[in-house]
Amino acid sequence: MTASLVPLVVLLPLLGAATTLVLGRHRRAQIAVAVGVLTAVTAIAAVLLVMVDTTGPAVVYVGGWDAPWGITLVVDRLSAIMLLISAIMLVVVLVYSVGQGIADQHRETPVSIFHPSYLILSAGVFNAFIAGDLFNLYVGFEILLAASYVLLTLGGTGERIRAGVTYIITSLVSSLFFLSAIALIYGATGTANIAQLSVRLAELPDDVQLILHLLLLMAFGIKAAVFPLSFWLPDSYPTAPAPVTAVFAGLLTKVGVYSIIRTETSIFSASDLSGLFLVIGGLTMLIGILGALTQADIKRLLSFTLVSHIGYMIFGIGLASVLGLTATIYYVVHHITVQTTLFLTTGLIERFGGATSINRLAGLLKASPLLAVLFFIPALNLGGIPPFSGFLGKVGLFVAGAQGTAADAPSGPAWLIWVVIAAGAATSLVTLYALTRFWNMAFWRRRDELEGYESVLLESVLEAPEGVTVTATRTTPVLMIVATATLVIVTVSLTVFAGPLFDLAGRAAEGLGDPSIYVSLVFPGGVQ
Amino acid sequence: MTASLTLVVLMAVLFGAGISVMLERSLTRVLIGFLLVGNAVNILIYLMSGAPGLAPILSPGVDETEISDPLPQAFVLTAIVINLGITAFMLALIYRSWWLARLGPKGDLVDDETELVEDAEEAADLIRSSAADDAAIQSIIDASDEEFDFDEELEREASSRDDLDTRPPSSGATRSPDEGANR
Repeated sequence: MTASLVPLVVLLPLLGAATTLVLGRHRRAQIAVAVGVLTAVTAIAAVLLVMVDTTGPAVVYVGGWDAPWGITLVVDRLSAIMLLISAIMLVVVLVYSVGQGIADQHRETPVSIFHPSYLILSAGVFNAFIAGDLFNLYVGFEILLAASYVLLTLGGTGERIRAGVTYIITSLVSSLFFLSAIALIYGATGTANIAQLSVRLAELPDDVQLILHLLLLMAFGIKAAVFPLSFWLPDSYPTAPAPVTAVFAGLLTKVGVYSIIRTETSIFSASDLSGLFLVIGGLTMLIGILGALTQADIKRLLSFTLVSHIGYMIFGIGLASVLGLTATIYYVVHHITVQTTLFLTTGLIERFGGATSINRLAGLLKASPLLAVLFFIPALNLGGIPPFSGFLGKVGLFVAGAQGTAADAPSGPAWLIWVVIAAGAATSLVTLYALTRFWNMAFWRRRDELEGYESVLLESVLEAPEGVTVTATRTTPVLMIVATATLVIVTVSLTVFAGPLFDLAGRAAEGLGDPSIYVSLVFPGGVQ
Repeated sequence: MTASLTLVVLMAVLFGAGISVMLERSLTRVLIGFLLVGNAVNILIYLMSGAPGLAPILSPGVDETEISDPLPQAFVLTAIVINLGITAFMLALIYRSWWLARLGPKGDLVDDETELVEDAEEAADLIRSSAADDAAIQSIIDASDEEFDFDEELEREASSRDDLDTRPPSSGATRSPDEGANR
């Protein structure tokens, strides 16, 4: 029963994409199909999570071909958590984009292309999460990347093409790395099945393992935007339409992080790179957030914080302990939600204020208190203020780090862990500084403090004292606000349900902690 | 594992050439580089399948150890299809960026006002040209009134046709002179 649901999470969006493509001229039908499909996937993902958590992971041998030869789909707790959270994000952002599309008469998102691409992107993301072999993971990546190329260059304006070129070429290079890594791993082991790799790679000489490991991490590192490989992200994300940026920021980098978690726990469980992960994690945090400090544009600022906070997850993976992984999984869920929310709010700010730069925004608190709330809560959350999930995730990571420094810990020298914890705390504070600076300028500052400010009303009265004043108002669609508010509520509920979530993440991490669990899932009769 | 030296050399050459072309500024060259490296990777996957053997179909009388590994072949086919799709998209992207580079951001925007001005100018040209047509016809009619000389008439007709042909193209290339005369 559980197993039969698994392929649906990929099949439904793909069929939905085909249907919406055919329905190109019927906007309402297209929207109905897209929203319906993603809602169904969300429901399936929720059912899967419950089933997997209670009765154990689901394994599907597609087409009845047995494990090492055919395509294997595996949904363990980590996959199910990722499926559910990304499905929720995809639905909410789709609703937001529907609201925006109706308001803008589809200038920003040409609807006949948008929905099919969006659904294909979803299919790719889901496929990557349930892939049980490396090549299928590659196919999942390619599906989502191809769709993301289309979404990023939507409308084909000069700015988007320029940003798109950086993104596309970087992604192509990372795909080539990935494919070469698969080829070499296949050459070394004769399989691409993750469970079988976990057994066979451990038998290889250490130096061969190291080369293959690094090659694979290189490919995932580009996708996850880890420090030396993150240069492309702040240049390419901000130009896309708000909903597209929100989905990219929330999900695409996390698919990379998910792949890194899989690589470390299931594939190369024998090859230990904890020290490297700690260093890279610390550098990603610091360099990313220093970039954010200098940005005046909120979209670019958020892109830099996105890079910076990937560092926390890398740090958690580097700890290589069950507690570290637990905190990482919780942090991934938190970060997907909060980053998506902030980018959606930025879309609203752009509508209200007409700009995204702090040099041109002011007085938004008075103009729209609701918007202020919608920005303030996720901003504090990202900055790591106590009641919110950002704080809990960071505390979890720091506690795991502190335990890692205890005697006979497997994860690198103790002083290094303390340094990275310090870097993490500093990053959290600087994030808070960067976001409150934006808050002060855009929301608290009075409009007349703006440089070169001219009151339109005053001028029109001076020009024609007797004239009739005509004010044009631009309404913000209710759907956009509802979608954003829903996400803000989700971010808050991550705090409210932090206990059960941490327990769930803990069970997921335990399943990852011992690679033989994964192997015995796929090969109940043992690997030959 | 045995591998063909020719394929290894070919792969190395493709990798080298592809990467060096990819480092160029021009997008078209980047695409060519991507294609070369993509094919190099495909050959790498193929090389990893080990020594070539019989077609991987299990039929009676075929020894299982004689056939070649089918899995890398499936990988290569998938990778080729993906590369094809990406290439198509890249070509569209390159065309679009070329278009924008040549015409600037206003490349595909037709300004309402300039369109109107152009329309007005075109209409004026049309009126002018039809006036010239009228004059030519009038002169023919006048000439035929005075005295009818068939040869001369032919000559005149020919010369007036030359006039039509040598008229500047601003009068609207798609519209025939007759249409103009009718207005």
